[in-house]
Amino acid sequence: MSTLEIKDLHVSITTEQGVKNILKGVSLTIKTGETHAIMGPNGSGKSTLASTIAGHPRYTVDSGSITLDGEDVLAMTVDQRARAGLFLAMQYPVEIPGVTMTNFLRTAKTAIDGEAPKLRTWTKDVKEAMAQLRIEPEFAQRNVNEGFSGGEKKRHEILQLELLKPKFAILDETDSGLDVDALKVVSEGVNRAIAEGGLGTMLITHYTRILRYIKPDFVHVFVDGNIAEQGGPELADRLEDEGYDRYLADAQATA
Amino acid sequence: MTELTEEKTIDAADGKVWSQGFIKGMTEEGEQLSDLNPESGPLGGSAVKAHSHGDSHGGGVGVPDSSRAGRLTSYKLADFPLITGREEDWRFTPLKRLRGLDRVGVKGQQLDGPAPAVEVTKPDAVTVETVGRGDARIGRAGIPEDRVAAAAWENFAEATVVTLPAEYQGTAEDVTTLTLTGAGTTPAASHILVHAKQFATGVVVLDHRGTAVLSENVEILVEDGANLTVVSIQDWDDDAVHASAQHIQVGRDAKVKHVVINLGGNLLRTTPSARYAGTGAEVEMYGLYFADAGQHLEQRLFVDHSTNNCKSRVTYKGALQGDGAHAVWIGDVLIRKAAEGTDTYEMNRNLILTQGARADSVPNLEIETGMIEGAGHASATGRFDDEQLFYLQARGIPEDVARRLVVRGFLNEVIQHIKVPALEERMREAVERELAAGTL
Repeated sequence: MSTLEIKDLHVSITTEQGVKNILKGVSLTIKTGETHAIMGPNGSGKSTLASTIAGHPRYTVDSGSITLDGEDVLAMTVDQRARAGLFLAMQYPVEIPGVTMTNFLRTAKTAIDGEAPKLRTWTKDVKEAMAQLRIEPEFAQRNVNEGFSGGEKKRHEILQLELLKPKFAILDETDSGLDVDALKVVSEGVNRAIAEGGLGTMLITHYTRILRYIKPDFVHVFVDGNIAEQGGPELADRLEDEGYDRYLADAQATA
Repeated sequence: MTELTEEKTIDAADGKVWSQGFIKGMTEEGEQLSDLNPESGPLGGSAVKAHSHGDSHGGGVGVPDSSRAGRLTSYKLADFPLITGREEDWRFTPLKRLRGLDRVGVKGQQLDGPAPAVEVTKPDAVTVETVGRGDARIGRAGIPEDRVAAAAWENFAEATVVTLPAEYQGTAEDVTTLTLTGAGTTPAASHILVHAKQFATGVVVLDHRGTAVLSENVEILVEDGANLTVVSIQDWDDDAVHASAQHIQVGRDAKVKHVVINLGGNLLRTTPSARYAGTGAEVEMYGLYFADAGQHLEQRLFVDHSTNNCKSRVTYKGALQGDGAHAVWIGDVLIRKAAEGTDTYEMNRNLILTQGARADSVPNLEIETGMIEGAGHASATGRFDDEQLFYLQARGIPEDVARRLVVRGFLNEVIQHIKVPALEERMREAVERELAAGTL
């Protein structure tokens, strides 16, 4: 079993208006086998947490720590983090010109495993995973995300999750912009990855909709750069009924 | 992620004429203009005209009457006006770096340096001769379309003539290679004729190396039923300046594949043009360029569909890295009234790898008949930026591998079309070398 531990994390970004503090002391521990939903209104810092764990250069960690089984994640480069077992399904996957999905997936798999996958089983695995996510076979020869629709991009993020088999998956608003059918397909993919075992999941979402398909063990409500409330799946139900207004009123009252 | 994409296609059914407007963000660059210009503001004279938008017919960029059909052609230098840098044809070229090639005949500027040394490897059946200016074969495939090419035509002393005899069957293994080694920095002129006689098949490589300030005309004469591949590699030393006008004439039912590889040199200006002498002919033009810091690599193509039922395909791809790296691609295609049944498509893709590099890409399509099979073009300039790097790294791929993955994949589309194994290998190595040389 592995543990991803975030302790008192403070993160800022530098904008034209100056330095802006976004995360203000986040602490969170995720173990493999657990599914944590991170919910919160826009601008509360959910995506910043995801990008900071993955190592996006835009974010500056001012204090606090992130460790994976005791190893200092913040000291690792972006690719080292991925090889250590962290996976970020991006909110906005970018297009990569000149690189086919086939080439990209094989290169990533080779980098993560430290050796090239066995060609026959790998080709079969890719085909199966694509079919399960209802991705047409011709996408294998297309350039990474180039000309993909929003839904196609998200399905390809989950394809990578299933093929690269990380220890921890951070899904950054994977549900946003998906219609119900696509949401189901994507959720099934995440559930397959969870069912395989050995995966800790951080499911970042603005809406409760995806939680009908992916059942969280823990729910954390993010408000203004920190966790305002934590609980079990029942907290998600309450949010579905009440929305975030209660927290926002609190935040304004204390501000 | 920044992706600047412009795609335009025209299909034959609606027969509409589309012409490219003035390029967004393009400015007249005063520092590029020739010293020969009269004293005037940057918006004086023809510059104002170049900015006029109007309803342009017949292509050209922002200049309503600049149909490619009307461009002056002549063997005589004196027929061409002096180059100011404001002409459509010259507006991207940094004239001050041409080291006099643009000013031959002005203020005593000569073009009399020694031409590059020619070293030949060839199959027995192919002949390579050095001939004088008066040789009757010279001038059959082309005629200069700009002042620099005309200057070279007037000034070359001897020409190299490569002949593939009629019905000669060459393969991708028995390639004829002319290694052209520059003889120094005195401005020089040279002339090459590659002549594939009826039904001949073969590959000819022009491999430019060393250092030179060279203006060159290459005539490529492809007779009826022949199938010729010409690969022109410009892998000069860093200080070289090279203007190369490559005139292709392709006969009835003949095929020509023309490949331009622009890698080394300070300023390369390669201007291939293709003309059809008979029906049923096919022209494929490929280009690969890799512009480093300070390099100006300019490719200007022209395909003149004057005859019916001919085909053309243009695919140029380039990578750019480093401060001041500049690539220019202009693709002019003209489908004349008589060219019914024409099938043409041209494409240019640029990949900008670092800040400070710039790519200009302008496809121009002029169509004078609606009775065509198809006509289209596409141009896109993409940027390899931090977001893409982050994406690949977030999948475990180290930074250097990520960059190579992108550039190799991008350029491979052209490399794999060369179909000459030895050259393909060399091009892959050259791309690796360029990548390694960058500050990557």
